[in-house]
Amino acid sequence: MNIGVVVFPGSNCDHDCQHVFRDVFGQDVSMVWHKEASLAGLDAVVLPGGFSYGDYLRTGAIARFSPVMQAVKRFAAEGGLVLGICNGFQILLEAGLLPGAMLRNQSLHFICRETYVKVENAATPFTNVCKSGQVLKIPIAHADGNYYTDPVTSASLQANAQVVFRYCTADGTVTPESCPNGSLDNIAGIRNAEGNVLGLMPHPERCAEAMMGNDDGRAIFLSMITSCERKQSVGVR
Amino acid sequence: MKAKIHVTLKQGILDPQGKAIEHALDSLGFKNASNVRVGKYMELDLKETDKAKAEVAVKSMCEKLLANTIIEEYRYELSA
Repeated sequence: MNIGVVVFPGSNCDHDCQHVFRDVFGQDVSMVWHKEASLAGLDAVVLPGGFSYGDYLRTGAIARFSPVMQAVKRFAAEGGLVLGICNGFQILLEAGLLPGAMLRNQSLHFICRETYVKVENAATPFTNVCKSGQVLKIPIAHADGNYYTDPVTSASLQANAQVVFRYCTADGTVTPESCPNGSLDNIAGIRNAEGNVLGLMPHPERCAEAMMGNDDGRAIFLSMITSCERKQSVGVR
Repeated sequence: MKAKIHVTLKQGILDPQGKAIEHALDSLGFKNASNVRVGKYMELDLKETDKAKAEVAVKSMCEKLLANTIIEEYRYELSA
């Protein structure tokens, strides 16, 4: 599998994503500078976490205009897998590849800690090795992760099973207290209607190998690899 | 022309910064202050003398970049 990790000025989780795909899973990884206009030859693209363009104006608002984002839009429209983690999720929202917007965390604090998320939809290319309802422990690190969308969009997210991850307790109960940032409906990650674009606030690349003390994040990368291998075996991208 | 642009969270969307400031004002004794909303203020010069054209341009800037209309609303003033 060929994975492209996009590097914006201010990305800081790009090398962690590269490390996980390349060193933990043995995949081919290219770093894609934000000025690139083509994603030819890639099976999946990751928009990593960080603080692209210093979070100026709004998180992800400026990164959306990077030349590479036109290529990411085309890539997504052609069915390529796109994963946005944290700031990558914020960029996908600003670019309109996913619905909704991020507000400042309800507490106003930058929150960096472990969270539990429940896999609400295990039939996606990003969660296919998970069981429905499985609980993953994955850390968050953000100040703007308070997901918001209007009631009509929220209803359509529900109806189309686009909510992929919800913050929950360790035993998988979705409660207001288990939501770290005030996110609507405890939303931690959503996919697009077509199912090939996922954005999530937690950082699976920070917990993808046993030596980190937690490898729950592996499931997301392994799902993507599994999904690509299945597609290749039937001859489509 | 000069454009002065204000961007704030829409009414009905929780503004935690506004709430925090409201509590601070309350502890300072300003019991008569409520509904604090925090926003952004931007100003810019436009190479444009026609007010109608300037308005079209500023509106488009707000819709496309300066505000995220899912969560924010904007208003602007134009002056010579």
